[in-house]
Amino acid sequence: MLGLESYRLVADMNRLLALLFHQGVLDEQFLQLQQLQDESSPNFVSEVVNIYFNESEKLLRNLRALLMDREQWEYTKVGVHLNQLIGSSSSIGANRIRNVCVALRAASEQNNRLGCLRALDVLEHEYCYLKNKLHEFFHIEQQRVLAAGIRYPNPMQQHQHHP
Amino acid sequence: MGMATTKSEFHVLAVDDSIIDRKLIERLLKTASYQVTTVDSGSKALEFLGFCEDVESNSNEPSTSPNNQQEVEVNLIITDYCMPEMTGYDLLKKIKESSSFRDIPVVIMSSENVPSRISRCLEEGAEEFFLKPVRLADVNKLKPHMMKTKNRDCQKAEEEVSSNEKIASLEIKSSEQTQAEDGNNNKRKATEAEEELSQDRTRRRYNGLTVI
Repeated sequence: MLGLESYRLVADMNRLLALLFHQGVLDEQFLQLQQLQDESSPNFVSEVVNIYFNESEKLLRNLRALLMDREQWEYTKVGVHLNQLIGSSSSIGANRIRNVCVALRAASEQNNRLGCLRALDVLEHEYCYLKNKLHEFFHIEQQRVLAAGIRYPNPMQQHQHHP
Repeated sequence: MGMATTKSEFHVLAVDDSIIDRKLIERLLKTASYQVTTVDSGSKALEFLGFCEDVESNSNEPSTSPNNQQEVEVNLIITDYCMPEMTGYDLLKKIKESSSFRDIPVVIMSSENVPSRISRCLEEGAEEFFLKPVRLADVNKLKPHMMKTKNRDCQKAEEEVSSNEKIASLEIKSSEQTQAEDGNNNKRKATEAEEELSQDRTRRRYNGLTVI
């Protein structure tokens, strides 16, 4: 029973990832992250992604504040925030978020206020979507780990002689 | 910022103001079996290396701080280009202008593909320019650059040993000769031997003296 449960969960994870790739929400950089995860760093992907979420939320809040300011637009600050978000999004493979940021940056450089506010709405929506999906992904992964009875370090090592 | 141990053969200093990119590059480098230290700015990188600029003197040759922490050997520096205050390019320049650190290979990373930026960095002495996001394949290209410096250090050590042997034999010769000569000549030969020694150490800075 446990074995079957494990397989089902793996299938769920793969299906979810396939969907996100198909939608262009994630790109191959995310796969690169997964390849860097192993027994010595078993939670690497979720650690990086959580840092990304923390950083991004701050940046998005700041962007919202800067762009909602009726008086003065601080273009330089907007640019700096966007560059950070573009960089970190591309580092984890958050492809759609990155693209929306690029569009928002272009609108800001063109003083297109309406375009900026629209792009910001899309950006916040994309961010929520990615966050929900990745939380779902990590949740399934946690369940799979429990179901398979895997304890880190690798269970194979537990059979070895301990000094 | 982590402290370096000397377990692995190569130690890389990674510089990036983005915490995500620092985490990523650290993982990449560790996967490639390097010892890693990450810092978040160019100034912290210089501090880690043991830089101490003599602000009063006009020379732009920074000297190493006398109370340098333990001998930290850095075999390669990999730095982001776009950083506040000190860019990766500024850091590269400082390193290449320093007599103590110019031999450390430097690699630049950037999220933007700007040809003029790339050529400027390579001209200034960067070994490689990686476009972000950096991949494992990129990191695997680093070893030859680090090996080059290691080999050069080995050669340098060998040269120093052989030149020290030369000087030792010179000093023996000159001390044999001065037994039959003036005290003044004694001093002159000893100075010349010292000049020979300092000549080698400062890599052939010609001072016009010749020693037999």
